[in-house]
Amino acid sequence: MPSLFLFGTLMTRISSFSLAAVTLSCAALFASSAMALTSEQTRALTFGETDARITALQQALASPDEKTAAFMQAMADDAVKVSGTHVLIVRDGKASDPVTGDAQALPEGAEDVINNNRMRGEIDAALAALQLLSPDAALRMAATKAMLKEPDPTKLAMLEKALAVEQNSGVKTHMLLARAAVMLNSTDAQARLAAAKALADSQTPDTQLLLNQRLSEEQDKQVRSQLEASLSTIQAALNLGEKLGALFTGISLGSILLLVALGLAITYGLMGVINMAHGELMMIGAYATYVVQGLFRQYLPGMFDAYLLVAVPASFLAAALVGAVLERLVLRHLYGRPLETLLATWGISLGLMQGVRSLFGAQNVGVENPSWMSGGVQLLANLSLPYNRLVIIGFALFVLVGMTLLISKTRLGLFVRGVTQNRPMASALGVNTARIDTYAFSLGCGIAGLAGCALSQIGNVGPDLGQNYIVDAFMVVVLGGVGQLAGTVYAAMGLGLMNKLLEGVAGAVLAKIAVLIFIIVFIQKRPQGLFAMKGRSAEA
Amino acid sequence: MMNRRGNLKALAAAAALSVGSFVIAPQALAADTIKVGVLHSLSGTMAISETVLKDTVLMAIDEINAKGGVLGKKLEPVVVDPASNWPLFAEKTKQLLTQDKVSVIFGCWTSVSRKSVLPVAEELNGLLFYPVQYEGEELSKNVFYTGAAPNQQAIPAVDYLMSKDGGAAKRWVLLGTDYVYPRTTNKILRAYLKSKGVKDSDIDEKYTPFGHSDYQTIVADIKKFSAGGKTAVVSTINGDSNVPFYKELGNAGLKAKDVPVVAFSVGEEELRGVDTKPLVGHLAAWNYFMSIKNPTNDEFIKKWSAYAKAHNIAGHKDKPLTNDPMEATYIGVNMWKQAVEKAKSTDVDKVIAAMAGQTFKAPSGITSKMDEKNHHLHKSVFIGEIKADGQFNVVWKTPGPVKAKPWSPFIEGNDKKPDEPVKK
Repeated sequence: MPSLFLFGTLMTRISSFSLAAVTLSCAALFASSAMALTSEQTRALTFGETDARITALQQALASPDEKTAAFMQAMADDAVKVSGTHVLIVRDGKASDPVTGDAQALPEGAEDVINNNRMRGEIDAALAALQLLSPDAALRMAATKAMLKEPDPTKLAMLEKALAVEQNSGVKTHMLLARAAVMLNSTDAQARLAAAKALADSQTPDTQLLLNQRLSEEQDKQVRSQLEASLSTIQAALNLGEKLGALFTGISLGSILLLVALGLAITYGLMGVINMAHGELMMIGAYATYVVQGLFRQYLPGMFDAYLLVAVPASFLAAALVGAVLERLVLRHLYGRPLETLLATWGISLGLMQGVRSLFGAQNVGVENPSWMSGGVQLLANLSLPYNRLVIIGFALFVLVGMTLLISKTRLGLFVRGVTQNRPMASALGVNTARIDTYAFSLGCGIAGLAGCALSQIGNVGPDLGQNYIVDAFMVVVLGGVGQLAGTVYAAMGLGLMNKLLEGVAGAVLAKIAVLIFIIVFIQKRPQGLFAMKGRSAEA
Repeated sequence: MMNRRGNLKALAAAAALSVGSFVIAPQALAADTIKVGVLHSLSGTMAISETVLKDTVLMAIDEINAKGGVLGKKLEPVVVDPASNWPLFAEKTKQLLTQDKVSVIFGCWTSVSRKSVLPVAEELNGLLFYPVQYEGEELSKNVFYTGAAPNQQAIPAVDYLMSKDGGAAKRWVLLGTDYVYPRTTNKILRAYLKSKGVKDSDIDEKYTPFGHSDYQTIVADIKKFSAGGKTAVVSTINGDSNVPFYKELGNAGLKAKDVPVVAFSVGEEELRGVDTKPLVGHLAAWNYFMSIKNPTNDEFIKKWSAYAKAHNIAGHKDKPLTNDPMEATYIGVNMWKQAVEKAKSTDVDKVIAAMAGQTFKAPSGITSKMDEKNHHLHKSVFIGEIKADGQFNVVWKTPGPVKAKPWSPFIEGNDKKPDEPVKK
């Protein structure tokens, strides 16, 4: 099964040039059949009960011409409307008659033709059947795979015909499998046996489904045992995908935890500020993304897909700015007094939430993924990695590397390290420690903003977004060891994987509880976390 | 520096654009008003669904006041925010009943909030109108249930999925948020499915915490489960978790043709923030859809659009949407008004007596009737498929209104329970 994203682009390609392809194939094969699409047929296809419409579809498919193909494509694209008993294809606001192809005025009150899931499946299968003879091997392959997924005995003849002329070995193999899938429900036990055996080579969850469905009805003992044998072959092949899938979800959750915790690793880890408003700074980053999205939609709708590129620096700056203001106005008076810092930042977090609530409303706001982040890449038959998760993993790495370089290689990083390790000495050497504090704190806040920007792509953006992540963030930093960047990375990945692997076994609710218990026990045994390092918090 | 300033300007501009009407309706100064409590979460995980119900109550009240009020008095709304915090629902109810002395409360979405309000309402003899579909198993003298009982939503939806047009599902994933409504609904559904010959091994029940946002594992599990036979998912996920769930469904390429998901808590409003193109064909079961065509509904939508524009309701002023709980809320407020007029009093006991058998022309296209005995509305059931524009195509409906069975026959011992509130 192609991933949604690929499928989407494929579909637009199909709609643009498949007509030509189908026309060619129809001309090649059905030139002799004089019957063409009639307006009675279009009515039978669009009105009435699903059963009757499917019968009409099969009849139309028996003698297809290019008009039939075009009409079915329009049905699949939800581009067919009816007005009274008149059936029209409407594309880009222009109506045309499906039989004559003449342009027509779109009547007032024309209604969409409603296709339910069953009808839509049948239409897609019919389109696939029409493409079995397309000159483009990729289209033939897609069509064959669709037929393999949903075998239909009424299309066996078309499949046989296509099989007879197929030259491409890859497509041919799949056509044989598709034929086997149809034969799986044959009345002849021998044919079923052969089909069950052949299908062991099609190692996809869809084939698994077909075999399982057959198994639940099969009476013949021999066929049953062959079905079971084929199923276990397929299961063995799919195991790898399942394991990798679980691993990937763990890494994906880990990357989110890492993003969420990185900022805190600076403000809490290095500077020792127990920043309860960390979550709200993420929330500000997410809202900055929302605002940038809104501006793009308003002023640059053509470049909407690029809004994230602007949103990333915007969310960083917005959160860093708020952070700088906080540090200047409140926190610098409270250094070395962790309890008061905790209370003050908690109060600030409430204030920020309420502020956003009165500015943007209490409800969640919708942040749309750019289209290049929807869908995923299909790696194995049962393993597809969603683009948005991949992008976030990459983004987390990017932030991590950027931050590491900043702290270890730049002059600012040197000052930050110097000030946090030995403030009087750094000051004696001429470092403006107060300014460095502000920079370091806004950097941590800016990174929280980046995390918010990433979170907006996978979850909800609302005033209490931060509340859902603040506990996780502290968990990661404390578990990793306060003041240690490497520890944060290990802790985030470890917690992500542990959470997801447990969830696979015990369910989401229990997994969450188990992880919390694990952390409590771990901190009891090892209060300094995975890695320990002396920072300012240790002095205080 | 330009960059930062530009950014600030952008923030301010957008902020100015999206300032929601978060203002509580002006309190009428005249002492001679009837106070009406509005108890919906305006923040927290349920705000996505509940905020608009508050506005619906206010719209209905405005409309009634414009026609002269009730018994010659104007209605005065008292809006409180229980913030998706269940114990706070009880506190706010107490405040509404004892301090504000409201005559009636319109409120709650989740069953856990209703269960939290219930003992307070019963003790202080208050009156609650509850506008959302729920799991049944409850019948209080002090509550009128204008949403669906399980036999008015869940069971017809499962029937549809078992039918040929619905995909003839053989295996079932019952997926929900972890609290009383999904748990009870799934208990009923499990018993119902078993009565239809579905084996326990073909039912997979799963729960996630409130506000859960990472549905990767769950979607992967559904994919795996669906290889064992034609599968349908019944989702009782509530609140804003639906957004990440549907996003994940779309990204994982799980299509409605292969594994249809029918949701009981997802309507037009919940789909607002979601890219619906990958979701086309997934289903929802409700007693009202915005896409239903009839003159009453046209008028209802028109009224709501005008109200949303006039009151600058975030989101709705640009793209007004109506949904089932809004319709149920609207029916509730109007029926209460009719009952007060019939009883010629706002006294709770008199109004309860007058509610029996009240009728109201509902936007769903039927004349909705409050059952004479069991405090539930008679409702038509619709199954809708999600369209690319976030609206629903009605693909199936009951021939006429269905009477609610709050005590589901699929839970043991319910056959002996009376179909009316028991006097205590």
